[in-house]
Amino acid sequence: MAKPLTKPKRKNPVLRTRAPMLPPAPRSRISLGLTSGAARGAFELQVCRDCGAVQYPPREACRECLSDLLDWTPQRGTGELVAHTTLRHAMENYFRERLPWRLGIVKLDREGANEAPSLIVHVHGDCGEPPCRVRVRAMLDRAGQAVLLALPEKDTPHMSDDPQMRELTCDPKFRKVFVTDGKSPVGQSVVKAMIAAGSDLVWVGEAAPWKKIPGFEEIRALPEVTVVDLDVTNPDSVKRCAGQIGPKVDILVNTAEQHRAYSVGSRYGTENARAEMEINYFGLLRLAQEFGPVMMARGGDTETNAVAWVNILSIFALANNPDQSTFSASKAAAHSLAQAMRAGMHRSGVRVINLYPGPLDVEWNQELRPPKVTPAALARAIVGALQGGAEDVYPGDVAKDWYERWRTDPKVLERELAHGE
Amino acid sequence: MTRRAPYDGIVVTTPVSIPYVRFSTRGAHWWIGRALAALVRDSGLSKDRFDGVCATSMSLAPDTAVGIVQHHGLTPRWLDYIPMGGVTGVVAMRRAARAVQAGDADIVACVAGDTNHIDSFRQGLENFSQFGKDAVYPIGTGGPNASFAFLTDYYMRTYGARREDFGKMCVAQRENALAYPHALFKAPLTLDRYMNARPIAEPVHLFDCVMPCAGAEAYLVMREAEARDLGLSFGRILGTIERHNAYTDDPVQYRGGWAMDSGELYGMAGIAPNDIDFFETYDDYPVINMLQFEDLGFCAKGEAPDFVRSHSLTTDGSFPINTSGGQLSVGQAGGAGGFLGTVEAIRQVTGQALGTPVPDARIGLIGGYGMISYDRGVCSAAAILAAGD
Repeated sequence: MAKPLTKPKRKNPVLRTRAPMLPPAPRSRISLGLTSGAARGAFELQVCRDCGAVQYPPREACRECLSDLLDWTPQRGTGELVAHTTLRHAMENYFRERLPWRLGIVKLDREGANEAPSLIVHVHGDCGEPPCRVRVRAMLDRAGQAVLLALPEKDTPHMSDDPQMRELTCDPKFRKVFVTDGKSPVGQSVVKAMIAAGSDLVWVGEAAPWKKIPGFEEIRALPEVTVVDLDVTNPDSVKRCAGQIGPKVDILVNTAEQHRAYSVGSRYGTENARAEMEINYFGLLRLAQEFGPVMMARGGDTETNAVAWVNILSIFALANNPDQSTFSASKAAAHSLAQAMRAGMHRSGVRVINLYPGPLDVEWNQELRPPKVTPAALARAIVGALQGGAEDVYPGDVAKDWYERWRTDPKVLERELAHGE
Repeated sequence: MTRRAPYDGIVVTTPVSIPYVRFSTRGAHWWIGRALAALVRDSGLSKDRFDGVCATSMSLAPDTAVGIVQHHGLTPRWLDYIPMGGVTGVVAMRRAARAVQAGDADIVACVAGDTNHIDSFRQGLENFSQFGKDAVYPIGTGGPNASFAFLTDYYMRTYGARREDFGKMCVAQRENALAYPHALFKAPLTLDRYMNARPIAEPVHLFDCVMPCAGAEAYLVMREAEARDLGLSFGRILGTIERHNAYTDDPVQYRGGWAMDSGELYGMAGIAPNDIDFFETYDDYPVINMLQFEDLGFCAKGEAPDFVRSHSLTTDGSFPINTSGGQLSVGQAGGAGGFLGTVEAIRQVTGQALGTPVPDARIGLIGGYGMISYDRGVCSAAAILAAGD
């Protein structure tokens, strides 16, 4: 059974902050399909459309019938651990610094007529000696690429504290979290969810101290919470805040958001759109410039390193909702910037997690019909991504529906939205 | 299956080895060049007579065999490049033999050479194969160690092999190596030292692993009449087999392609396993020795641990293996590692052993196993050589 994680000691300020090392990232193009699934939290392997054979490692043609119609298909992942080893030596620094390290071969359960492949996997410490039953999942490693992890057949106590598992997740337990705006209903839910998930220090940004918001005093009073001044529209404020807490933040959740529900024609002028861009896009850019580098420098910092940057975008970032056109556009800008942040930050092992929720159950969505995502559900989705390893999350039924349609054909979705469907 | 034509009238001769070093500042072409020069010296032929070349190297990129002939001023009419790691010694022999038999070439120089710079082993691993790059190297396997640890772990669990059994083979090979001048490992190995070595990837420990190094090996294939004219002692090829990507449904590799073809090998040679005087196995890592004992007919599947326990394995023993010390004691010079057993077997059957000769060595078996890609070694091969006279 995994040893429960104990609260790490305070960092010795005399010691050098270790540079983040990463597992090897290069992959063939075809193999990135595994990463694409893992990014969504799915374990998908190629399955031959013609003969049904499951393939691994990823390949360009079916190993049984040579068909090139190989579809990435969700897998149950159950199988048997048939052999294992514990590495005491490694060629790559990332693993060298983390030895011992357990690896194994899992024979996947056979699903159809053809033999299932053997998978070489990371092995969770709670898996028994071979032969034993396990569940395999695809996870993103610190380099942002998919690897396979064998978990025990049934959950075990303190399972997420296993050192190899923790390398593949961004678990908030004992990590220091910064929630950039704690006054919104979403911000308040996120603070509570992070504390419930084991974070023992949560900084909460407050932009306008004179505004009295229901619930915020309760948040302020929590023993884990420290309120800090932060107005993401003000460069000096962002810089000051980063100077104050930047070198200590392990997980940043950007909850700062401006949201109005206007179409192009329903609001004359650009003032509202500018306000949305100022917070949703430029605010993110300011945060990225001030907090990004210092978090990246701490990507390999002891056992409570900087691990994640969470952006709350919107499913409207992928396809514009004409009734909330300027909001959608600002989220599309933020989505694009988040892609660039990912390209920059993956070199440090800090994961950029993007949430694309459907409409939230908040004031400016009053007129929308349900289903709507409650702030608490969104907060749960964030914690789920941090603990589970996904980097793209689509919380809520609307988001899942739109995402599916967007993946299938963005043009069709655009037409449907134009006609109010 | 069509009955295969024998290798009548074709011989292997002129075994050469360029002494290994752990690290070399030279390029792979230097090692290959030294081996070609040694072939010229020992055969008395000018290099212009090598009208066929079969080459292998793992550190020659971006060059291939084409680069070799241009670099060394050869003008062959038959050229082959076989990037197949541990089966190359056998594969080069069987291809060259057919080329000579068919008249496509008269004298084929079979050569394997590799350099080893600091970090070149790791770089080789990083880019070893697409499957390796996608599914093995990124999870920390540290090269072949983990892959062979899986095989060893599975074999030990399934068939009851013990570390002592692997140790017995390693100790015997080291004893053989002490007499072989080119072996990198010159300190005697005791079972105690073997057992107490540090773990690398459990159950694989330090002395189960070969040492990457630089070196070169080569030999010539020609017609018997030619060898006689030149006064070269030679060995005959009684039979060979080659198989790739066998038994893909086995969850972990516990048998190699030899098991598909060993009947054919002995049938072609017209001998039985108990006619074999010595066996140059592919010994990276020792568990692969056991697979070869079983799959090449010396005992049934799962019985190799008992087979090892009931034999002495040194050059003077009841079942001599890896008479020069094998890669475990001589070192693994990249692609030349695949030639080590072949060159040693030619020496043994021609009475030219550099170390201890196997008494009355008439017939030798060579095992090849190569290219551990993803979860298993993909290539397997074997050949039986006999004394020429």
